[in-house]
Amino acid sequence: MNAFIEIIIFGAAAAGALVGAVGIIASAAPVRSALSLLLVLGSLAVLYLLLAAQFIAVLQVIIYAGAIVVLFLFVIMLLHMRTGEGRATKLPRQRPAAMVLAAAFLAVVAAVLRGVPSIPAAVVSEEFGTAQAVGRMLFTTYVLPFELASMVLIVGIIAAVVIGRGPR
Amino acid sequence: MTIPVPYYLALGAVLFTMGALGVLIRRNALVIFMSIELMLNSVNLSFVAYARQLGSLEGQVTVFFVMVIAAVEVVVGLAIIIAIFRSRDTVDIDDVDLLRG
Repeated sequence: MNAFIEIIIFGAAAAGALVGAVGIIASAAPVRSALSLLLVLGSLAVLYLLLAAQFIAVLQVIIYAGAIVVLFLFVIMLLHMRTGEGRATKLPRQRPAAMVLAAAFLAVVAAVLRGVPSIPAAVVSEEFGTAQAVGRMLFTTYVLPFELASMVLIVGIIAAVVIGRGPR
Repeated sequence: MTIPVPYYLALGAVLFTMGALGVLIRRNALVIFMSIELMLNSVNLSFVAYARQLGSLEGQVTVFFVMVIAAVEVVVGLAIIIAIFRSRDTVDIDDVDLLRG
């Protein structure tokens, strides 16, 4: 791919992800947070394509943007009455303390990232990251975790039905 | 592969910090949940970036499983939030403090 175009795509997708992330934590209305989450997920799908992860990018759009965000929007619409936030009364200095902690965490991660040795990226084949390649791995090496994941999904569905049904 | 992998890792670190900040400062249970999704996604980005750098598909398979677990987590978590709303008429976590003692 043309290097210049790749830089532009990365810049746009990274900016979209950062703007969306700020939108999630700063929006007063939960529905805006959900739409910001959609922006983040879409931007990350673009970045996955840049990283030669086509299958993961498609899954990101189908599972996250298609299912999870829609579920969030359903619940927000269901509970539309009192979903706002009052003033914090229980923990008065929560916000400044949280900001200091987050800044400290980011500083630690930045220090770790600075020490990451720069290895040149591996040369990968055309097939890398396609549904075929990932699927072959899922059904050979990782077949046991794959089947366990389906069990977890079934348990989750049953749990959601039982919890959501309410008291009898 | 024009963009070096550390750029993706740095973006993932910033997104993770934002998610953690959201969990700490917001009190709406739904928004806290979205911040958790943000953190999961930032880690996914690091996994995919390293999978590309090392030329190994294991990272992408891990992201697949993270997505499955995230989907289950959202379904059960939202059901719990709805149940809390039914019984207490609020999704503000400061009002749900039975275990506070």
